Amino acid sequence: MTASQEPVIGERGGESGAGTVITPTRGAGAPRHLLSVSDLGAEGMEEVLRVSDAFVEVSKRVIPKVPALRGKTVVTLFVEESTRTKLSFETAAKRLSADVLSFNATSSSLKKGESLRDTVETIAAMGVDAFVVRHCAAGAPAAVARWVDACVLNAGDGWHEHPTQALLDCCTIRQVLAERDGRAPGETGVECFKGLRVAIVGDIRHSRVARSNVLAFSALGAHVTLVAPGTLLPPAVETWPVAAVSHDLDEVLPQTDVCYLLRLQAERGAGGFLPSVREYAAAYGLNARRAAALADGALVMHPGPMNRGVEIADEVPDLPRSVILRQVANGVAVRMAVLFMLLGTPQDESPTGALAGLGDAWETSGA
Amino acid sequence: MAERERRLTTPRGGVFVPRVQVLSAEDVSRAITRIAHEIVERNHGLSDVVVIGLQTGGVPLAKRLAQVLEEIEGTAVSSGTLDVAFYRDDIGIRPVLPEAITNIPEDLAGQLVVLVDDVLFTGRTVRAALNALADYGRARAVQLAVMVDRGHREIPIRPDYVGKNMPTRIDEQVDVSLDGVVLGDVVAR
Repeated sequence: MTASQEPVIGERGGESGAGTVITPTRGAGAPRHLLSVSDLGAEGMEEVLRVSDAFVEVSKRVIPKVPALRGKTVVTLFVEESTRTKLSFETAAKRLSADVLSFNATSSSLKKGESLRDTVETIAAMGVDAFVVRHCAAGAPAAVARWVDACVLNAGDGWHEHPTQALLDCCTIRQVLAERDGRAPGETGVECFKGLRVAIVGDIRHSRVARSNVLAFSALGAHVTLVAPGTLLPPAVETWPVAAVSHDLDEVLPQTDVCYLLRLQAERGAGGFLPSVREYAAAYGLNARRAAALADGALVMHPGPMNRGVEIADEVPDLPRSVILRQVANGVAVRMAVLFMLLGTPQDESPTGALAGLGDAWETSGA
Repeated sequence: MAERERRLTTPRGGVFVPRVQVLSAEDVSRAITRIAHEIVERNHGLSDVVVIGLQTGGVPLAKRLAQVLEEIEGTAVSSGTLDVAFYRDDIGIRPVLPEAITNIPEDLAGQLVVLVDDVLFTGRTVRAALNALADYGRARAVQLAVMVDRGHREIPIRPDYVGKNMPTRIDEQVDVSLDGVVLGDVVAR
């Protein structure tokens, strides 16, 4: 398997499944949605990272707010629970001066049996410019994109994808590596990813983060190794654009520059794929001893929420090489960048830079 | 900045075709020296002066201006860069993306800010810059230095220091760098 291989993951393999590109309902060629990392391509990701750097600077100001999206309305439609992603998107939208409607599934008419489509169309009728959608079903954001005129951002759909997580992880890696060289992140572009050895460890089968991050890292030229017990590997793992698959964490650690840990997703039944959680923690959990075995200067990352004592030992998040809280901080800047690029682009024109690749995808996808 | 942006931005942009050189590199250098002396004269020295270049066209000019100011007065002059993309009034009308990172060296409260740009045209970039500056603290005063004032203002903005007043047609383009000022046209790609 090589990095240049066509990234086909899970349900994106189908001809009309979730994540296939949606025909824009208005405008000609302007990107309206962020549904998958693969919509962006390496160039698009680089552009998102470049714009994110500008928002990292905004976040450091005394008044970390710009008037860029005044008058726009963003709704966070989270049908599945979330702390950081929802708050991160809402903070991002507010720092862009957009108005935020926060949708709470448990206290909504979804509980009375209203369908997702009716709920979405009702909200859209109030005049909304962007939907940020989190749903337990893969493809839900793509469906929403077909129903409404607004931009749709995928904030995590089932096992499918979580594109802004992948982008903020790339932003964090680039930032840390640039700082280490005493340079600005923008100076190096995405060179720092070439040949970077990334190990993604844990419950890959149930992880949308793994799917988005494998696509992102491999598109930028990193060597990705998946580390998991056989039962937690995804079906058709041989079609993933990864360099290697391993079942032995201790063997992989010394050749790893970024150790990316995934949460054991008990709510998706991960426990049923393991003899016991303790055995999993012993074989695949990152403890202080294992963290010390990592290559020099290697980073420890985790998308959160962490199961302390399972995939990550209690002391590891506090090690200097852990950048977990930086991931969260950069999440706001990256989401500002994505919202700005989607909502700040005229709908009747093809956009500059970043999301331009998306317009091409529409032409060629035949969707 | 406005000039460069318009020129480079697809799909409305195109290729810049130079027609006539208006100022040589030496002329630009002399203008910067004169502006530096005007700044010192008008502000009775350089106390609290911060020179800020607008991304991207104003940045090399601001850097040079700060150097000349230091040479004249023999004191350090702080300088920075400002990208106004997020403050523009044409977001959503034409594609707007930041060109580079903003780097403002200190809290601007109580400082005297000299904004530097290459070309003053509609005035909208400067309007955006004034709003952006306000988010860094309440400056004591803001002054505007431009290499070329080409007219066609759309809002009531005027420069304090001008390298060259240059009447232009609205469809012409002005290219400014430390190598000189060139008047030309943009041809569709």
